[in-house]
Amino acid sequence: MGTLDIQCDLVEQLLVRFLKSEAGKFGFQRALVGLSGGVDSAVSAALCARAFGPRNVLGLRLPYKTSNPASETDALAVVAALGIETRKIDISAMVDGYVLQQDVADRVRRGNVMARARMCVLYDVSAEWRALVIGTSNKSEILLGYSTQFGDAASALNPLGDLYKLQVFQLARHLGLPARVIEKTPSADLFEGQTDEGELGFSYAQADALLERMVDQRYGEEELVAAGFEREFVRRIAARVASNQYKRLPPIIAKLSERTVNHDFRYLRSWGR
Amino acid sequence: MNCRVLLAQIEPTLGNLSANLELHLGQIESARKRGIELVLFPELSLSGYFLRDQVAEVALAREHALLAQLCERSRGISIGAGFVERDSDGRLYNAYGFFEDGRLLDVHRKVHLVTYGMFDDARDFAPGERFRAVESRLGRFGVLICEDMWHVSAAYLHFISNVDALLVPSSSPGRGVSLETQPGLRSVQTWNRMQDALALLFQTWIVYVNRVGSEDGVLFSGGSRVVDPFGRESGALATLEPGSLEVVLRDEAMHRARITTPLRRDENPWLVQRELERILGQQSS
Repeated sequence: MGTLDIQCDLVEQLLVRFLKSEAGKFGFQRALVGLSGGVDSAVSAALCARAFGPRNVLGLRLPYKTSNPASETDALAVVAALGIETRKIDISAMVDGYVLQQDVADRVRRGNVMARARMCVLYDVSAEWRALVIGTSNKSEILLGYSTQFGDAASALNPLGDLYKLQVFQLARHLGLPARVIEKTPSADLFEGQTDEGELGFSYAQADALLERMVDQRYGEEELVAAGFEREFVRRIAARVASNQYKRLPPIIAKLSERTVNHDFRYLRSWGR
Repeated sequence: MNCRVLLAQIEPTLGNLSANLELHLGQIESARKRGIELVLFPELSLSGYFLRDQVAEVALAREHALLAQLCERSRGISIGAGFVERDSDGRLYNAYGFFEDGRLLDVHRKVHLVTYGMFDDARDFAPGERFRAVESRLGRFGVLICEDMWHVSAAYLHFISNVDALLVPSSSPGRGVSLETQPGLRSVQTWNRMQDALALLFQTWIVYVNRVGSEDGVLFSGGSRVVDPFGRESGALATLEPGSLEVVLRDEAMHRARITTPLRRDENPWLVQRELERILGQQSS
């Protein structure tokens, strides 16, 4: 048993309560999740199905023309397993309307456009369906900055944001999600052959073990090296965590007046609710 | 003291005084019908917890009409409720009012403001400066607001002043879900251990009243609980869910505990005072 092992039944209970309580405050009883066919969105959708009832959860499939067909199959397997509502909206024309016209060749830029196109569709359908957009970003990717700002990172409520990737896998097994979704190699599927671990250059197992000590247990560099982590790896991850802080916070506002939003105008979203 | 107490594990709305007052009044009337003598609400039960800039906006002077409503309801049933207190000098306190016989009998101001990690109490509140027993018609009570309980000196002072029970209103967020701990939230287990230990060492009743509900993703854990003067659980509410628990606090439990093991008799506060003065004198010189 490692320090990353969680009590899945307790975590499920907490997250279901979190979703119900926070959505309920804002008058929402329905949820919207972008279903990629991956484990994160599957877990978010499963938690929503338990919190709001499967018929009150809409899983949106948002393929681009180059998306791996297996992603669609896996997303449908999640829909079938959970009994949630689903809809497919192809984002190819929307994305190509920009990237072809503007001749965007860089695959990272194209991937970001896809992620933000999906965000646009999710937020639009959320208005139509009167549902909140539920996030799918886990703690590993939030800390590593492995996401598109205002793209897949955008949501109203994020039940996964305090779970490392390895913990999301544990919860996925606990929630009885389809094995194909749990066992496949994690990928953002923004270009052919992309995998998270290939692109990051390390495994989630390595990153999560380090991040848990660095962030949760506040180990310093010397303590991490003494605990058996390569110094180079420690520095690389620490630099990633620091350099991606901008993705985790709202835009910086220049302070001019005596009272400024996000500086000294301090209220929770739960303000009065 | 034989006191029929009700622990009201409620879910306050952040910064909504009128909604929270209604919640209190409902609980009080239902408790009154059940023959309850003392109903206890959690820390900042009238205002909610992570108030930040709302602290000043929801602050109440002791004479405020909203508190007068609780005074009015306190005839025949004593009430403990949390609120932001505005003193006449403008200072704001995390306060716990004890309402009895139609008046605000006493107020404890949180001394140990929790200002680390996710908490920022001292940013918004002035610290209380005393631990005094509430002289209720039901008994002598020592109030410790949440973090106050983490300082053993606070409970010790109430032990020395011979309280019948420690009342511990709290707004404790649930956290710690590792499989390495016992099943359940780590934070709840920590609180339970502390209650058990202090009840055992100070041979007194401990009534812990925590809230539930979520404020921007922080889930308060509930798990309100009563521990007897032997350090044994007399009753507990579930974690995370609203609920209420009725327990009778009996003098004889404390008397029996203190006959078996006379810790209060054998405690020597004068020695503590001398040694504290010596230690602090050395440290300051």
